[in-house]
Amino acid sequence: MFDDQESFTTPDGRTIGGVMMEMKNITLRFGGVVAIKDISFDIREGEIRAIIGPNGAGKSSMLNVISGFYNPQEGEVWFHGEKRAPMKPYEVAQQGIARTFQNIALFEGMSVLDNIMTGRLGFMKSGLLSQALWWGKAEREEVKNREAVEKIIDFLEIQNIRKTPVGRLPYGLKKRVELGRALAAEPKLLLLDEPMAGMNVEEKEDMSRFILDVNDEYSTTIALIEHDMGVVMDLSDRVVVMDYGKKIGDGTPDEVRNNQAVIDAYLGVAHD
Amino acid sequence: MTDATTPTGDLTSIPALLAHNAQTFANRPAYREKEFGIWQSWTWAEAAEEIDAIAMGFLALGLEPGDKLAVVGRNRPALYWSIAAAQKCGAIPVALYQDANAEEMAFVMEHCGARFVVCGDQEQVDKVIDVQETVHGIDQIIYVDKRGLRKYDHTHMNALQDVQAEGRAAHFRLEPILREREAVLDYDSTCVMLYTSGTTGKPKGVVLSNRNIIETAKNSADFDHLTEKEEVLAYLPLAWVGDFIFSMGQAMWAGFCVNCPEGEHTMMTDLREIGPTYYFAPPRVFETQLTDVMIRMEDAGRFKKRLFDHYMAIARKVGPDLLDGKPVSAGDKLRYRLGELFIYGPLKNTLGFSNVRVGYTAGEAIGPEIFDFYRSLGINLKQLYGQTEASVFITQQPDNEVRADTVGVPSPGVEIRIDESGEVYYRSPGVFVEYYKNAESTASTKDPEGWVATGDAGFIEESSGHLRIIDRAKDVGKMADGAMFAPKYVENKLKFYPNILEAVVIGAGRDRCCAMVNIDLSAVASWAERNNVSYASYQELAGHPLVLNMIQEHVEEVNASVTQDEMLAGCQIHRFLVLHKQLDADDGELTRTQKVRRAVIAEKFSDLVEALYSDAESIYTETEVTYEDGRKGQITATLSLRDAKVFDRAHQVAAE
Repeated sequence: MFDDQESFTTPDGRTIGGVMMEMKNITLRFGGVVAIKDISFDIREGEIRAIIGPNGAGKSSMLNVISGFYNPQEGEVWFHGEKRAPMKPYEVAQQGIARTFQNIALFEGMSVLDNIMTGRLGFMKSGLLSQALWWGKAEREEVKNREAVEKIIDFLEIQNIRKTPVGRLPYGLKKRVELGRALAAEPKLLLLDEPMAGMNVEEKEDMSRFILDVNDEYSTTIALIEHDMGVVMDLSDRVVVMDYGKKIGDGTPDEVRNNQAVIDAYLGVAHD
Repeated sequence: MTDATTPTGDLTSIPALLAHNAQTFANRPAYREKEFGIWQSWTWAEAAEEIDAIAMGFLALGLEPGDKLAVVGRNRPALYWSIAAAQKCGAIPVALYQDANAEEMAFVMEHCGARFVVCGDQEQVDKVIDVQETVHGIDQIIYVDKRGLRKYDHTHMNALQDVQAEGRAAHFRLEPILREREAVLDYDSTCVMLYTSGTTGKPKGVVLSNRNIIETAKNSADFDHLTEKEEVLAYLPLAWVGDFIFSMGQAMWAGFCVNCPEGEHTMMTDLREIGPTYYFAPPRVFETQLTDVMIRMEDAGRFKKRLFDHYMAIARKVGPDLLDGKPVSAGDKLRYRLGELFIYGPLKNTLGFSNVRVGYTAGEAIGPEIFDFYRSLGINLKQLYGQTEASVFITQQPDNEVRADTVGVPSPGVEIRIDESGEVYYRSPGVFVEYYKNAESTASTKDPEGWVATGDAGFIEESSGHLRIIDRAKDVGKMADGAMFAPKYVENKLKFYPNILEAVVIGAGRDRCCAMVNIDLSAVASWAERNNVSYASYQELAGHPLVLNMIQEHVEEVNASVTQDEMLAGCQIHRFLVLHKQLDADDGELTRTQKVRRAVIAEKFSDLVEALYSDAESIYTETEVTYEDGRKGQITATLSLRDAKVFDRAHQVAAE
C-alpha cells in the first residue's frame, strides 16, 4: 500500500500525502562508536511513523538527526524536497518541527499555562521595548497566543491544572503538558520520544488517544519512538525497526510483526 | 386538589417563560460557560435566539410532537438549550446520566423510545453508537463538541452548530411551524421525563408536566425570595431532578443566571470565580470540602493553626445564633467580627461561598458537625427533603428554623401525612403525572386522590412541626429478637466521621448487627502521612492494622451514641470489616446519585456477610470490578474481621 503513488487514503479514512522528509544513507558516529549505520527511510505527510528497537539501538539518535540536533557524518536529510543544511535550534522550530523528550524537560517552577506559552515563542514578533511596556503589538500578540494556548489546554483536557506549577504534577500529566508545549509551536512534524514511558495502562490509553487526535485534528505528521509494542502497532501507519544502529525492518505494523529479523532482535538470538 | 391551581397568566410552559424573560430581562445574563479559560455569557435575548435556532434546526431534521429527545453530557448551555428547544417543538426531553454505561443507557433509550439524542462529546456519541446495536429507533445523533468526530458516519449525525445554522438559514419556512407548535403547549403538556436512580431496581421514567415544574419553581422561588439577580453554578447531573428544577425551572421562573463550569475537575475554581448566591450540593460535597480544609489546616503553620482553632471555636459558639438572629452578647459579636475579618471571610472566599444567600443540602443526611461548621461561618445552609416524583420539594427549612436533624416544614403547596406504619405521604402541585409505560407502579405509588408514598419512614416533631426522617421504609426492619432495625440511622452516624466514606449495616432478621465500611481515601491518606504509615494501594491502606484500630474506635463511639436511643439500641455494631474496594456505581453497588444499593451489596458480598456472622478472624475473597471503560477484572483480598465493643442497653444486658 505504501508505494510511490503520491497520496492515498488509509482504511480509517485519513489521507496520507507524499514524502515529507527523507533520510538518505545516514551514518552517525560518536568518536569510534557508530550509533547509526547507513539508514534510509522516509516520512510521509500526515502519517504516524514509529521507530522501534531494543535499548541502545540508536532510536533517540535517529530522532535527534531528524530534529537537526545531530549532524550525521554521512548521508543526507531531505525535507520538503530540499536538502537540509546544518541548522540552529530556532531554525528547526521555524521549519515546523517540534518535539518532546524522553526525560521530561519542562520549567518545573512555572505554571502549565506559562510552560505551554513558551512553545509560542516563534510567534512573538514584537520588540523588547513593546514587550516590557505591554503596549500595542505586544498586548495583541499575547492575547492571540493565549487563545491558541487555551485551545490546546482544552484539547488536552488540562483546564483544571492551568495555573498549577508543573513541579507539582504527576508524571503522566507532565508528559501531557510537554505534548502541549510542542503543539503550541503548531508543528508540521511532531517528534515524540517515548511518549508513554513509565505510564500505567490508563495513562497510555489517554496518551494514545491524544496522539491520534493530534494527527486527526491538526493534520500533524508524527514520528515517535516507543517501547510498548501494542501501542506502536495500534497507533502507527508504518514502523522502522532498528537494532545495533542498523535498520532491520520497515513497513506496516503487520509486515514488521512477521519479519524474522525483527522477531530475532526482540526475542534475542546470538549475534555473530 | 392539584388540578385546581390556576396558571399564572400565559406563562404555562418553559418556552413561554423563556419568551417572557427575553422581553423582561433582555440584557441580563442568562447563561455563562467557561471555555478556553474565559467566561462566555449569553443574555436572555441572545439565549432565546440560540434556542429558537436549535428548535428550527430540530424541525428541519424532522422532530415531531411527542418524539423523545434524549440529552446526555455534562452541564453546558447548549444542552439546556436543546432541552428548551425540544419543548418548543412539542417533543419531550429526556435527560440521561452522563456517566451511565452503555447498558444503563440502552435501558433508558429503549424504554423511552428516544428518536433524537443530543450528546455532549465523542465519549457520549460512542456510547450511543454502541446502544444502537440493540436499540433501534434512534434516528438522529447530534453532538456539541466536534472533537474527534469528523470521520464518523454522518448520515444520521450532525453537529449542533450545523443544526443551528440550518435552522437559522431556513427560518422563513420554519418559524411559523415553530410558533404553531409552541402555541399548543399548555400547563398539562409534558415538560420533561427524568429517570429515577433506582435504589431498588430498574430506573423508572417520571413524567413531569409544565404544571409540576412551574408551580414548584414558583412556590420555591417565593419561599427563598429568589430574584433575577441570583447566580447558580450548574454542576450536578442534568438527569437529576434537582438540577432540572434549579437550572431550568427556577432559573426560567425567576430569570437568574445559570453558570456552567469548564469541566468536572475545575468545579472548585469555577465556584470561586462565580461566587453563587444560591447554591445546592449533596452532603458529600460539603463533607469533601470540609475534609480538604481540615487536611490543609493540619499542614499549616502553628500560628495559623492556633488562629484558626481559636476563631472556629468562637464561630461554633455564636455563628449559628447570629445567623438565626438570636441575641448574642456584644463582646461575642465583636469577636465574631474579628473572626470574619481574619478567618471566616477568607475561608468562605476560598470555598467560593462569599456570596451564598441561600444554600441547600439534600439527598442524604448531613453530619451535624459538618452542617454546623458551615452555618457557624455565616453560610445560610439549610436542608430540604424531596424526590423526583415531587419535582423535588416536599419539605424545606425556613430561614431561622434550621437544624441538622430535621428536614423542615412542608414546602408551600405541599400537604403531608404520616400513615400508621410510619411512612411519609405527600400531595402537591408538583406531584408527577405518571411513570412512563408503567401504570402498575404509578398506581402503587400514587393513589387516586393524589397522595404519593415517599418510601421513607418518618415523623413530625410535635414542638416545631418539622419532619424528621428515620430511614427508607423498606429498610426499616426487625431483628431476630423483635427490636427495631434502622440501618441508615447507624450508617449516617458512621459516615459523619471524615475517615469513613460509606458504611453498610446488616442485621435484619439476625440476632445482632454487623457493618462493612469504606474508608475515605483522602482523609485516611492524609492521616497515614502524618502518622508515618506507608502503603502502596487503596487495598493495603484499607487493610492496615492501624487503620482498622482507628475505624474500630469510630465504631465503638457510634455504638455508645446509639445506646442513647432506647428504640434503636439493638442496632449496635458487633462486628465489622473494612472493604478492600470502594463501593462504586459502575459495579452497581451504588446508584448514579451515590446511594447504597443494599440488595446488590448483600448478594455480591454474601461471603463477607457470612463471615461476619461466623467466628472467623479473617476471610479471603474475590471480587469482580468494572473499570470505567466497561472492562471487568478481579481483585482478591484477605480481610480481617474485628469485634467491636458494645454497650449495655438501658434495661438489658448486651450479648457480650
